[in-house]
Amino acid sequence: MSSRFDEPIIEIPEPPPSTAPGPWDELRRYTPAAVAAIAVLGAWELITRVLSVETFILPRPSQIAASFIDTADIIWVAGLNTLIEALGGFVAGTLLAVLAALATVRWSGVRQGLMPFAIAANSVPIIALAPIANAWFSITSPVPKMVVVAIIVFFPVMINTTRGLTEVDEAELELMRSFAAEPREVFRRVRIPNALPYFFNALKVASTLSLIGAIVAEYFGGPEDVLGRYIINRANLLQVPDAWAAIVVASLLGIAFYGLILIAERVFMPWHVSLRSGEA
Amino acid sequence: MAEPPVVNARGVGKTFGAGVSRVVALRNIDLTVPAGEFISLIGPSGCGKSTLLRLIGDLLDPTEGTLEINGKTAAQARRDRDYGMVFQKATLLDWRTVRRNVELPLEIMDVDEGERRTRAAAMLELVQLNDFGDHYPWQLSGGMQQRVAIARALTFNPALLLMDEPFGALDEMTRELMQQELLRIWRETGTTVMFVTHSIPEAVFLSTRVIVMSPRPGEISDVVPVPLRRPRNEDTRESDEYYGKITEVREALRALEAPAS
Repeated sequence: MSSRFDEPIIEIPEPPPSTAPGPWDELRRYTPAAVAAIAVLGAWELITRVLSVETFILPRPSQIAASFIDTADIIWVAGLNTLIEALGGFVAGTLLAVLAALATVRWSGVRQGLMPFAIAANSVPIIALAPIANAWFSITSPVPKMVVVAIIVFFPVMINTTRGLTEVDEAELELMRSFAAEPREVFRRVRIPNALPYFFNALKVASTLSLIGAIVAEYFGGPEDVLGRYIINRANLLQVPDAWAAIVVASLLGIAFYGLILIAERVFMPWHVSLRSGEA
Repeated sequence: MAEPPVVNARGVGKTFGAGVSRVVALRNIDLTVPAGEFISLIGPSGCGKSTLLRLIGDLLDPTEGTLEINGKTAAQARRDRDYGMVFQKATLLDWRTVRRNVELPLEIMDVDEGERRTRAAAMLELVQLNDFGDHYPWQLSGGMQQRVAIARALTFNPALLLMDEPFGALDEMTRELMQQELLRIWRETGTTVMFVTHSIPEAVFLSTRVIVMSPRPGEISDVVPVPLRRPRNEDTRESDEYYGKITEVREALRALEAPAS
């Protein structure tokens, strides 16, 4: 057993260097965006001052900032109430969508019966249901808004999750077959992990849609201490900087919501392509 | 009673479709593979060599003939986990580390965690990837990925290793190293191998017998025994006997084209 055959023959190549971006690289990456933001705000401030644009048409960023600070207690409470509606609808819609996706994958009859309608419904402006939802449920509660949001969230999440569960690499299924894996095993070890990227992409879309849905649904009436009502009321009173300050709150909430989903994605899918070094 | 051969095919055929779109992919396949052999299937595209491998592995059902694996039906053999399969694409699950990819079949077979760890470590040692257990597949080169696929196929000691052009996507240098590796693994594990390839030198270098197949319909046209001395190594590649066998297989393949030209 001493032939040269027993010697290790393969030189193991180094894996591609994992150049995880350090904090400074991150900072450098965001510099252009920060510069652009400052430039836009600066130009906005300058132009509105130089041309003496009326405040009720377009307030200056400095006025919005002042309003943002002065009305902080009101707009953040309104923001929280809107966020509760959006989150409630988001969670309910996502849960139902995942259940529906699982059902469509388990029973192909359900899929054939349901998917065409789901895809059609996905392009229906569901927000138009908002006044009707107000009539269905107690208008003073957040429920009608949650219902609208849940319906809006349902379709993209259901369609994407179904795709992720069904569009599995044929070779992976054959591999599982070669191990004589039960359908339950295939589901757990191949279909569900395969669906996660589709699912999280849908959640990213849904997070944005849920805030839009909640705010627009509020325009159709209901309790006053929410962002949608507040924006309408302040705009009607020509207190436009206040309305803008509320829009800033809505934007910050939207970004935070989206960011939360990005973090969840990283936690649940440490293998994901977009997290590979140099490919983000 | 003697041990049944690992593969015993009698008059096996496979026809796809019906009517005008009917294609006879394989016809009249008689093949006996005793335990411990290394069989290569070679032939032009459309000769049904991959189809034959998939019939043996119970990924397809034959439409004619009888096929026995270790004295059982192919379906029973698959349920008994008699097959390890390696495809041209490594088909590693992206979401699992190398180690957990190798453990996958053991998880499905309900092997407990401690045993899984031990076996996976031994397999990674076998394919010389001990230090890469915690890497994800995308962090590995093509050759390394394919070695993980081989390790995964061997973790549960299958009686028969089915390989469908496993080195087809690799560059020539890596390919030769992988062939050498595969022979070492074959010798160390004593498993029976059936190997589909397009490459004549690869088939000759690896095999105990090369099965030459002809297309339309796919049939076995020749069987070339390769009694070259083992262990085979870089010297084998430069020996006259090796070249002689390559010529023999090449002529067997040429003979297929003769009537058409």
